[in-house]
Amino acid sequence: MSQVRLYRPPVSLTWWLRKPSYLVFMLRELSSVFIAWFVAYLLMLVYAVGSGPGAYRDFLDLSANPALVVLNVIALAFVLLHTVTWFGLAPKAMVIRLGALRVPPNVILAAHYGAWLVVSAVVAWVVLR
Amino acid sequence: MPESITMEVWRYRPERESEPTWDSYEVPLRKEWAVLDGLNHIKDQLDGTLSYRWSCRMGICGSCGMTVNGEPKLGCSTFLTDYAPGPVRVEPLHNFPVIRDLVVEMGDFMAKLPTVKPWLVGDDEPDEDTEYRQTPVEMDDYKRYSMCINCMLCYAACPVYALDPEFIGPAAIALAQRYNLDSRDAGAEDRRDVLASAEGVWACTFVGECSVACPKDVDPAGAIQRYKLTAANKAVRDLLLPRGAR
Ligand code: SF4
Ligand code: FES
Repeated sequence: MSQVRLYRPPVSLTWWLRKPSYLVFMLRELSSVFIAWFVAYLLMLVYAVGSGPGAYRDFLDLSANPALVVLNVIALAFVLLHTVTWFGLAPKAMVIRLGALRVPPNVILAAHYGAWLVVSAVVAWVVLR
Repeated sequence: MPESITMEVWRYRPERESEPTWDSYEVPLRKEWAVLDGLNHIKDQLDGTLSYRWSCRMGICGSCGMTVNGEPKLGCSTFLTDYAPGPVRVEPLHNFPVIRDLVVEMGDFMAKLPTVKPWLVGDDEPDEDTEYRQTPVEMDDYKRYSMCINCMLCYAACPVYALDPEFIGPAAIALAQRYNLDSRDAGAEDRRDVLASAEGVWACTFVGECSVACPKDVDPAGAIQRYKLTAANKAVRDLLLPRGAR
């Protein structure tokens, strides 16, 4: 094979705009940055709560800053994208059999959304109580 | 229906040109003609220098993978009338080096495939008159993955493979699962090092285009996600359980 001059087509810089699924792939890769931000933000909250009322008040003031609100809204959108696409692949990964029958993929998907709802409700109850 | 359709074919002849070019041909548009029939017409009647691969012309051999209007397709199962009034643009499969015209170099896949041991691995050789019994339910577990024809459409559709050529790729993983999930096989542990590596299932970020492209409904994306769960389970067990209980 060594005498053959192979042509290697270059990968274009905008390949990810060619298909919606490629774009979603890039957005999901990007979403990891925002997930990291939410983790950092949560740690900041925990730290502020642990450091007393003054620090907590400062944290709330910081959070009310319009720039931070915008950042958090964008981050929330990315985290939701991440979650929805993650749930979307769960039925592919989980093949559950009951005897000879396979649990249908949409049941597995519904169970994931159900669990999400329950956890969110518990968190909301703890926060708003 | 018009009488003919224009086929724009990607040409690369290494002895003539260092950059690929396009050639246009008018071919008859018939309802039973696939893209491959159009190429055969070009080769027989218009331009004998055109190179491409084909054999069975019935979606079984997997040799006629090509890019038709930007999508990876089997040339023999893609009908010209679906692209009327044209033109139809035919390119080699994406993500592979090109040898000539529509002929790509698949050596990379050929090197990766044996690393996942795509054959039945036995604990010990059965004696000659042993029958391996298998129920229909057991066969259902892997049958879908056994339909792969190595056409490489899934590799052409995969952006992860384009960006990271070390990725062992959709079909190789689906074929590994074809044996992992076979009740007669005992090789899952042997395949684990390759499958559960960074170049194995963990390189996949679930774009899902491999399963869209697959002409045999193998669902390689599903095979990969399923193995991710298996690999994660195994890793946790290795960490937590004593050797005997794994
Ligand atoms: S998994 Fe499907 S697309 Fe990929 S090589 Fe096999 S048959 Fe072709
Ligand atoms: S010629 Fe065999 S699959 Fe198309």
